[in-house]
Amino acid sequence: MFDRARFLRHFSRSPLAVSSAAILLVFLVAAVCAPLFAPHDPYDLTSLQLTDRLKPPMWMPGGSDSFPLGTDDQGRGILSAILYGMRASFLIGAGAVFLAFCVGAALGLVAGFFGGRLDALIGRVADVMLSFPAFLLALLLLGIARQRGAIPVILAIAATFWVRYCRVMRGNVLRESKKEYIEAAKVMGASHMRIIFRHLLPNSVATLFVVAAVDLGMVIVLEATLSFLGVGLPLTSPSLGMLIASGYQYLYASIWWPVFFPALVLAILVLAINLLGDWLRRELNPRMY
Amino acid sequence: MLRYVCKRLSQGFFVLAGVSFFCFLIFQYMGDPVLALVGMDATPAQIADTTQRLGLDRPWYEQYLAFIANVSRGDFGISYLTKTPALPLVLKRVPATMELAVMAMLVATGLGGCIGVLAAVRPHWRVSRALMLFSLAGISLPTFLIAILCIYLFCIVLGWLPPFGRGEVIRIGFWDTGLFTNDGWRHIVLPMTTLGLFQLSMSARVLRGEMMEVMLEDYIRTARAKGLSIGAVVWRHALKNALIPFVTIAGLQLGQLIAFSIVTETVFQWPGMGALLIASIGQNDQPVVVTYIMLVAVLFVLINLCVDILYFFLNPKISYV
Repeated sequence: MFDRARFLRHFSRSPLAVSSAAILLVFLVAAVCAPLFAPHDPYDLTSLQLTDRLKPPMWMPGGSDSFPLGTDDQGRGILSAILYGMRASFLIGAGAVFLAFCVGAALGLVAGFFGGRLDALIGRVADVMLSFPAFLLALLLLGIARQRGAIPVILAIAATFWVRYCRVMRGNVLRESKKEYIEAAKVMGASHMRIIFRHLLPNSVATLFVVAAVDLGMVIVLEATLSFLGVGLPLTSPSLGMLIASGYQYLYASIWWPVFFPALVLAILVLAINLLGDWLRRELNPRMY
Repeated sequence: MLRYVCKRLSQGFFVLAGVSFFCFLIFQYMGDPVLALVGMDATPAQIADTTQRLGLDRPWYEQYLAFIANVSRGDFGISYLTKTPALPLVLKRVPATMELAVMAMLVATGLGGCIGVLAAVRPHWRVSRALMLFSLAGISLPTFLIAILCIYLFCIVLGWLPPFGRGEVIRIGFWDTGLFTNDGWRHIVLPMTTLGLFQLSMSARVLRGEMMEVMLEDYIRTARAKGLSIGAVVWRHALKNALIPFVTIAGLQLGQLIAFSIVTETVFQWPGMGALLIASIGQNDQPVVVTYIMLVAVLFVLINLCVDILYFFLNPKISYV
């Protein structure tokens, strides 16, 4: 079973895990407190001035103190936009993973417990979903929906990511169902609801958290990619992908800061999450599929 | 075997039926196809005429059957933007995407396979460790970031390669190819490398894992004991057995590569299906989007079927009932 003291001891002895977690914590605090730290509010369109567009960072000639990392082509401060963009990344990542977790766990529980036709149906749908890349499905859903914003992105990503939770949950439930305490509960006349919520769910849910930790990095990359392609968040709300998309064409004019800083932040964020997720998976070593 | 193929074919058929119903729903009910075709300043008579011509006044199941009938004849409707049939528009882009995806797959499986073998045979060598670390970055970083980095480095700073387009193409029959011109090669190098990089990391890691497992088997020790060189053992004995799972993964990668070519094509302005899809989504050109979805669904069903059949031949231990 899970041994907290051993887990913490291993964690504190792994410099990779500790530094990744520290970076993530800093990013998370910066993103949550973005309104406090950010010099400007990039959502407030009235504060944008086109005369401020493409200003270099403050340490370069022509830079100004009020825009520490310079401005993009809309006159938005890049530091502020990155802080708010990270907020969007975390929000969408957490929202989509949470939703996929809940839907997948519920379906897996139902499929594993009741079996039969329902199980076959859910399994078939999961098979079909797995035969297409998640990225393609989410992109097509968003392309069809023609709605832009955080909610459609969360829904589209969750709609493609629930499958693995369902699979893992179903496997766990099948394994638990064979054990004697479930038999005992049945014999004692416990209702289906009681068996599911009091016995099966608490004993099968643990490995799903590791899947969620690994998925979080993938979902953040996916959101950035979708926003980069222009089907994720709209232009008026900053996200890391959108900032990179609108910034990279200025590379040809050797204006590097609108793309460099968001790209750097995204790369560090994703690497930190993946390294931590990787460590977590090795540490807890669950049967993933 | 035949029974198995038939079963998989019927499964694929159901997937396509589902996808086509989904596409039909988008096609008929999302947005207003009539207004999109006749324009905002049409007279009521024109609108009624187009509604009747598109069959929008009939019940939904009749519309669905008509849609299926049209699709099976290759009629996916008229692009709202160019006012020409949608299918040829998409088909014209197929060669560019397939060329990119297949070249990327060669990069991924060929180079990735070599790295995987190297890392398995000499796990503690510094070079193979560096390559595996590099492959972790390849898995973690988003494709578009790597693409932008490559453009910056090789096109802007060094100026070695062109940053966008497909270059000079030669027409062979119905297929446009850039692989027979020097200019075409210069254009494809960066897109195929960035597209292949993610799968390269994947291939390297999978083959490394397989090889390390196989190298521990008894028959490898026997082969070494009877005096065969390590090279012969690795290439003739170990690799052959490690390749079975690798081939299935390589097959599935082609699908992934076609999907992710959407990103690469957008960054490098590669004139393929993916770039067309993104442009069509941006301009609400539903018939082209629907055509793309149907075409890609058919492609995926075919690829999955081929991989399953290939797996059957490669691994006789598995029987399908």
